[in-house]
Amino acid sequence: MFLWFHRLSTAKNFYKLAGRVAPWTGALAGLLIVVGLYLALVVAPPDYQQKDAYRIMFIHVPSAWMSMFIYVFMAICGAIGLIWRIKLAFLVSTSAAVIGASFTLTTLVTGSIWGKPMWGAWWAWDARLTSELILLFLYLGFIALQASIPSRSAAQKAGSILLLCGVINIPIIHYSVLWWHTLHQDPSISKFGAPSIHSSMLAPLLVMAFGFMLFFLTVVAIRSRALILESEKSSRWVQEMGEVA
Amino acid sequence: MKPLFFIILVRDIKLVGRNPGESAATTVIFFVIVATLFSFAANTDLAMLRVIGPTVVWVAALLSAMLSLDSIFKADYADGTLDQLLTSPDSLSMIVLAKVTAHWVVTGLPLIVVSPILGILMGLDFRLIGILTLTVVLSTPIFSLVGAFGAALVVAQKKTGVLISLLTLPLCVPILIYSASAVAAAAAGQPISGHLSLLAAFLVLSLTILPLATAGTVRIATGG
Repeated sequence: MFLWFHRLSTAKNFYKLAGRVAPWTGALAGLLIVVGLYLALVVAPPDYQQKDAYRIMFIHVPSAWMSMFIYVFMAICGAIGLIWRIKLAFLVSTSAAVIGASFTLTTLVTGSIWGKPMWGAWWAWDARLTSELILLFLYLGFIALQASIPSRSAAQKAGSILLLCGVINIPIIHYSVLWWHTLHQDPSISKFGAPSIHSSMLAPLLVMAFGFMLFFLTVVAIRSRALILESEKSSRWVQEMGEVA
Repeated sequence: MKPLFFIILVRDIKLVGRNPGESAATTVIFFVIVATLFSFAANTDLAMLRVIGPTVVWVAALLSAMLSLDSIFKADYADGTLDQLLTSPDSLSMIVLAKVTAHWVVTGLPLIVVSPILGILMGLDFRLIGILTLTVVLSTPIFSLVGAFGAALVVAQKKTGVLISLLTLPLCVPILIYSASAVAAAAAGQPISGHLSLLAAFLVLSLTILPLATAGTVRIATGG
């Protein structure tokens, strides 16, 4: 098991594996998202209270899940890289940053489009919204830091430490905003607090979530391949590949 | 011989004192000017200032703390002192902590002294001013700790002003929230010990973790 992991962690093998996996996950992601959208927009019944407006949930909620999952994923990759000194883990972590930030932005935008008809406001200083906004800042900080440090390996290590500090901070930020609101008896209604969700709505939600997850894996595979080529451009196997092509 | 912690602490404070461009006075003047700008923007409406006053004081304090972050590691990195410090047998975390303490003495302490005066300008009553000052006492060390971490992340770059803020300000959000809710609760006549305890807990957490993270970052930046 460990040997397998070690072999995978060399850039060349990962490059090959990612190249083999990406078309499959990409195709499956496309399929799941199309099926999910069909279930969400056509099959699922309209909500008794929100009518058809709730359907934006099928984009909004999976994006929100992904935005949080990807940050933790990046932090875990960063920790693996720092602890076991695996360069590849840094590469994967870096390649996930932009897609994570995109999911966060999608969550914020769809949330505010949804909020306008439901709450009557584009934005409420609700705990979830605020934590999501700060998550976006954390992503942007990571991306800006990576872009600003010229030395690749220093950028990746520094970025990983920043990710770890951010990951410790996320629950603190979330609960601080939450407590702050419970103290203030905030009037904003939370539509998420509905008791349970009917299976005709849950199914498309889960299908979309899996579709988004596979889409994320595809993007990470493609981006890591590009980053591997860039960082290994002087190594022999990359140059041999250039000669063949 | 004195411990390295105090040697570095005293040295950093002296260095700031001898450089008029970065002295404690500059930070305080910036702090007061930012707070005054808010008052003008609010049309010097005292009723409104009474409400937003504490917020203005923290945002101004946070910005003034950010302003001087570059000085923590930059000069020492540029002239190689930081590389020398890395060879010391003492723990790098303690060295970092000494530099953070120096930053707090130079920027945090003056802010603590000035913030009650700003409270008076904002028309707050004395009980609220006391609580406001208490929250500033608890939060300025956290600003210095978080800020030093940000400064260490970007120490090798030339222009860093905006980047440091982008990296550190999101990490400071909980502090602002606890401080703001402490004063709001006090104004509403509710107990505030919970808010202050949380702020203190956050200070202890930062004090425990951030010097380690900052030391690790300094090692990376210097290529060690």
